[in-house]
Amino acid sequence: MDTLTRRKFLIASGVVGAGALAAGAAAYTLDDILGTAGDRPADAGTLVLVTLYGGNDGLNTVVPFADAAYQDARPDIAYDAGEVLRLDDETGLNPALTGFHRLFTEGRLAVVRGVGYPKPDRSHFRSMDIWQTADPVRPGTTGWLGRWLDTAGGDPRLAVSFEPALPPLLAGATSAGAAVETGPRRRAAGVTGLGASSPGEAPLQARAARCFADLERVDQMMTTVREAEEAGRREADDDTDPATGTGGRSDLGTQLDLVAQCVEAGVSTRAFSVSLGGFDTHADERQLQEILLAKVDKAVTAFADRMAGRPVTVAVYSEFGRRVRANASDGTDHGTASNVFVLGSGVRGGLHGEQPSLTDLDDGDLKHTVDFRDVYGTLLADVLRADPAQVLGGWDGRLALIGS
Amino acid sequence: MADRARIAHLLRRATFGPTAEEVDAGERAGYDATLERLLRPAERDPGAPVFAADPGPGKDATREQRQQANQQRRKEVTSAVDWWLDRMVATEHQLAEKLVFFWHGHWATSAQKVKVARLMLGQQQTFRDHGRGGYAAFVQRMVRDPALILWLDGQKNTAKAPNENLARELMELFTLGIGSYAESDVKAGARALTGWTVDRVAGTARFAARRHDKGAKTILGRTAAFDADGFAALVANEPAAATFLAQRLWFRFGSGEPIPAEVRDRLGAAFAARRHVDDLLRALFTDPAFAGTSGQLVKQPVEWAVGALRQLGIRPSTRGEQAPKQLVNVLNGLDQTPLRPPSVGGWPAGAAWLTTSSLQVRLRAAEQFAAWAAPAVRERLAAAPAQGRPDALARLLVVDGWTDRTRAVLTEAAGKPERLIQLGLVSPEYTVH
Repeated sequence: MDTLTRRKFLIASGVVGAGALAAGAAAYTLDDILGTAGDRPADAGTLVLVTLYGGNDGLNTVVPFADAAYQDARPDIAYDAGEVLRLDDETGLNPALTGFHRLFTEGRLAVVRGVGYPKPDRSHFRSMDIWQTADPVRPGTTGWLGRWLDTAGGDPRLAVSFEPALPPLLAGATSAGAAVETGPRRRAAGVTGLGASSPGEAPLQARAARCFADLERVDQMMTTVREAEEAGRREADDDTDPATGTGGRSDLGTQLDLVAQCVEAGVSTRAFSVSLGGFDTHADERQLQEILLAKVDKAVTAFADRMAGRPVTVAVYSEFGRRVRANASDGTDHGTASNVFVLGSGVRGGLHGEQPSLTDLDDGDLKHTVDFRDVYGTLLADVLRADPAQVLGGWDGRLALIGS
Repeated sequence: MADRARIAHLLRRATFGPTAEEVDAGERAGYDATLERLLRPAERDPGAPVFAADPGPGKDATREQRQQANQQRRKEVTSAVDWWLDRMVATEHQLAEKLVFFWHGHWATSAQKVKVARLMLGQQQTFRDHGRGGYAAFVQRMVRDPALILWLDGQKNTAKAPNENLARELMELFTLGIGSYAESDVKAGARALTGWTVDRVAGTARFAARRHDKGAKTILGRTAAFDADGFAALVANEPAAATFLAQRLWFRFGSGEPIPAEVRDRLGAAFAARRHVDDLLRALFTDPAFAGTSGQLVKQPVEWAVGALRQLGIRPSTRGEQAPKQLVNVLNGLDQTPLRPPSVGGWPAGAAWLTTSSLQVRLRAAEQFAAWAAPAVRERLAAAPAQGRPDALARLLVVDGWTDRTRAVLTEAAGKPERLIQLGLVSPEYTVH
């Protein structure tokens, strides 16, 4: 397994259901979207979902440093009381998470411990499938945000990813989110005609045609985002170069900068998917994980500060935690339950969920204490103002993470 | 299905993109003879360039020497990618090379971690030499492939401290598929694979007996003192391995739709008899369901780009230094760079390639390819009367036909052959096959 660049886990199976392939969405212009900004309920928030690919080691992220079982199980890679950034007398954050620590003390960061699902699967692909589809039994071809998009009208601009390929997360049954390129754009002229649907053509060919129509609309949206950003810079008399336009692969910071620009420009997008890969730390874990967590910390903290006061909620998760006991390569193998971070305005900061026992294990792994669908249900209800049961197959569990 | 259409369909799937002349020849020879020729081409094919040994920096190397060595390694990987893409365009053994590309996506090993071009090319040679023969021998070669071992931490897997990475992916992604083994099989399988390390200087895998767990292991219900060979043969000969490989090949050469149970069983049975990969390929391309799969696959970016280059008569290596670089940039933008699969799960498929972002890249690339097109290709297009050019374009790009939508756009651009080629390459009809 790649240790550095695991950016996505597009399952090698049909990502989008047949319905979504043939679906057509009504055309909007950006003016339509900006014009409706005021109609949006004042409490309707934006969700930014951060996926850490590879299986981030939860026990070395939110560290139960006071538990002797923790120190015993992984003596060479454990953090001690002096190293962690303390959250309370038993729990501390990885030393790389200084920004998260500040957000926690300010009451803006919720740490949900022990999040998992029944009968955990230790395959990256299967487990990421399960997390993205929110179905622990039969993960299908639709993601939970894709199904939310189905219920929210299906406009691809409502759910956006800044990755070249679409994560299964954003694939619905009848609609699919937009994958937006982050590099410099050039308007494509004279190809709009290829976006018309043709009766009786194969679903994939119809989907290829729809890309031309989507391109036109996403183009308009992004152009206006950039114009708004440039105007803002001129007003601020800021002579730094625009942050975008570097092309190539985007790191987490670049992706979140774009999200911030979109939110500030008031686009209609309600859910953004961003990601960082490389968390599969089978060997020499401490150093590698600290580098990765520092990236997450820097990018997410800067984003949270920039978005302060706006109804924007960030959730950070990975497909599983890692085994309690270290392996002999100073790393850890695939495990189960782990932490989810939720942060932003309106979030009830603090520790949530019960820390799983380090001694009462399931075949060497933690037993989950919080079902991941409770987290999704909370985000759907309290951020996207949607009915979780409709998206999560009737699941109605919730957590008190958001609101007073 | 008319004969020409059947043969065009076969050639689109079994090659990186056929030229009109290849379809003509196929039509003359007939379906069965064309398939035989794909499976058993007569001529020899040009071999791989040899890469100089890479001893890597010694322990006493200065920082500068190490940086230099790293730079050299990156350069070698870049030339390996350029060389391979050029070969995909030029080789006459199209099906053989396409199967190498399939295996590369199947055993998805990335130069990102392996870093050494020679090891990546060594693995590729194993695909060439053994990827079409007896399956158990092939899997045995793969579990001792140095690149795969490095990729999945096999060198860290010892009797004292088993590392499960390789054993798990071997069963989950490479041979059996989820549900055909248990967690205990992963743990026991890892023990069977203990002891294999990689000699980076020699570029070979080496067995260190002291690190190997000689004890008895129970894997998939059988108990023995399995070693790497025994474990590989065991999984390769499992009933589940036959249907799993049939499904994976169908998924890339047949259809992205779920494989019908009877097709799966037919292909699995054809393979199970001798566990010979060629038997499975032949069964797939002659299966009654194969002809009906037209339009059910999205061309992978490499298939799209290499196919376009073949049809337009462009050999990247003959177009100066910039062309190979530009080609790799295109594939980067489309998220499919050879030797760098995104994860051990390989590349995505189907609608995942159909995004607004990738369309942007394809529009730019198609413009570039059209500008590179061989003069003869452009002249032939220009020689057709304006109203016949969309059909001449369909012949050039081996597209069965245009929808009214696309024909209207093409007719408007018929006066400009380069523009016509660009539009053809980005058209929805050309995007799928």
